[in-house]
Amino acid sequence: MTKSSTAIKSSNLHVSLNGQKVLHGIDLQIRAGRWTSIVGPNGAGKSTLLKALAGLLEYQGEVFLFDQPLAHLKAKYRSQQISWLGQNEATSDDLNVWDVVMLGRLPFQDWMAVPSAQDKQAVEAALQATKAWDWRQRRLGQLSAGEKQRVLLARAIAVQASLMLMDEPLTNLDPPHQVDWLEQVRYLTAQGKTVVSVLHEVGMALHADDTVVMQAGRIVHQGACADLASHRAIETVFDKRIAIQAVGSEWVAIPSSLRSI
Amino acid sequence: MNLNKSNHWLFALKMLLLVAIGIGIGVSVGSSGLESLQNAWHDDVAWKIIWEIRLPRTLGAFAVGALLGLAGALAQGLFRNPLADPYLLGSASGATLGVALALAFYGGNQFAPDAYIRVGLTGAAFAGALLAVVLTLLLARGVQHTMRLLLAGVIVGVVMGAMASLIALMRPDVLQNMQGFLLGSTAFIGWSACLVMVYVLLPCLCLAWFFGFAMDALSLGESTALSLGVPLRAMRIVIVLLVALATGAAVAQTGLIAFVGLAAPHLVRSIVLVKNGNLALLSALMGGLLLLLADILARSLIAPQELPVGVLTAVLGGGYLLWLMYRNQDQGGLR
Repeated sequence: MTKSSTAIKSSNLHVSLNGQKVLHGIDLQIRAGRWTSIVGPNGAGKSTLLKALAGLLEYQGEVFLFDQPLAHLKAKYRSQQISWLGQNEATSDDLNVWDVVMLGRLPFQDWMAVPSAQDKQAVEAALQATKAWDWRQRRLGQLSAGEKQRVLLARAIAVQASLMLMDEPLTNLDPPHQVDWLEQVRYLTAQGKTVVSVLHEVGMALHADDTVVMQAGRIVHQGACADLASHRAIETVFDKRIAIQAVGSEWVAIPSSLRSI
Repeated sequence: MNLNKSNHWLFALKMLLLVAIGIGIGVSVGSSGLESLQNAWHDDVAWKIIWEIRLPRTLGAFAVGALLGLAGALAQGLFRNPLADPYLLGSASGATLGVALALAFYGGNQFAPDAYIRVGLTGAAFAGALLAVVLTLLLARGVQHTMRLLLAGVIVGVVMGAMASLIALMRPDVLQNMQGFLLGSTAFIGWSACLVMVYVLLPCLCLAWFFGFAMDALSLGESTALSLGVPLRAMRIVIVLLVALATGAAVAQTGLIAFVGLAAPHLVRSIVLVKNGNLALLSALMGGLLLLLADILARSLIAPQELPVGVLTAVLGGGYLLWLMYRNQDQGGLR
């Protein structure tokens, strides 16, 4: 199959949770081979949008994965194409690290089949990428929150999917490992993968190629992170309480009260 | 003790050895002591004691424990809740109500050896257990909130238990039998009961192992499991049916046996690191071993009289639960 330049697209996407409308007619296009960050204030519907794009929620409207209607794709194919890393999902502590990451290969394995050499290779590569290889025999419950997050990230990477959807992937990661994650995302996009992440840290989100700015269940702006229009949109949805400024070649978000300093 | 993954086969072998020893002790213990075992080959009465009473009772105790251990492992895996157990989810009380209703209509003895009666009572217990689990899940509105799930299970258990008692009161002819049943006893397990349990246990074990990988994925959260292509809805239905079937089959033969389903998976997890499929198998083995040992104790502690094994497991299991609760947090607490 020839991959489209659009990895995932939604058209007039509506989602209701517990009878309450959370997303109101989202039209969105995520470009393939790029990293897109979704930003917005709490309750804007970022995580809900990501879940809907992953096909994990019931929705009205349409979602297309590489131009194919998501709802019509077989579960196995969809799970091979989309890798998901959720936010604050309660995980059992009773599996070891290797087995957790091997679960990422489930979409490629037949029912009850023994993992193939390719599966093992993918798991090893993912564990090396997140620097979790040394703990592969340890129980998940023996790891710190940050270490556990790196293992869960490795599980998502092990799928080797074309599209990675990550909800707050930096949770519990210390700054050096946040930098590792950034490098990993750059490596994945360089390989042609598409990464979409919800990030509450605006400074980190601005490292992405593109950004989607959300407010109250709607997209208010979509554009390149380097665009000043994107910065203005982000400042606006945060009630101008943050300001985005250039520091060297990077963009950072600072409290707007410090802007003049 | 924490054995690594490859050692779970060794662990299983050790358990099997202990089970074999337990069965050996089980057929040796009774009011006539070792004498029956020694004379079994040339004394018809001694042979009858061993073959018709002690052996089915001992194997039956193992099978009941195995069913409850399996049900506990499945419930804990499915609900991702370390306190899930056939007793705490109300399914054991539901199964009791099913048996009580069946007895009220049939009017007989729940310990009758007839195979058809055993199958009928097992079916009634299964229906009751299934109804209880479904009610618990409806009341708890899902499985996410531990406290709500446990409270719902307690409520369903109490209400169904009360209904079973009410039926027993309305039918004094079954009251006597129900008392023994509510306390939990292995004393009346015969070959037909053993057969019914084996027929239920074997397919349940196979299915539990079959769905083990899906429960592993579920242990990372519902969204992750769904994203990995796990058929969650089908898996949930199958596992709930298995929990109800295993609990029903156990309760229909012996009445309420508390805590075995809770303790067995915890004990296995504290010793070996295994995935859910193997956890289910090992928990069945552990549950069987626990009840086998409890049954031997129940027959020996105040010999020649015996304690209802359900009372013993309630006391020992309650103590174990308390120990789990107060165990040092850095050792994992309730796991």
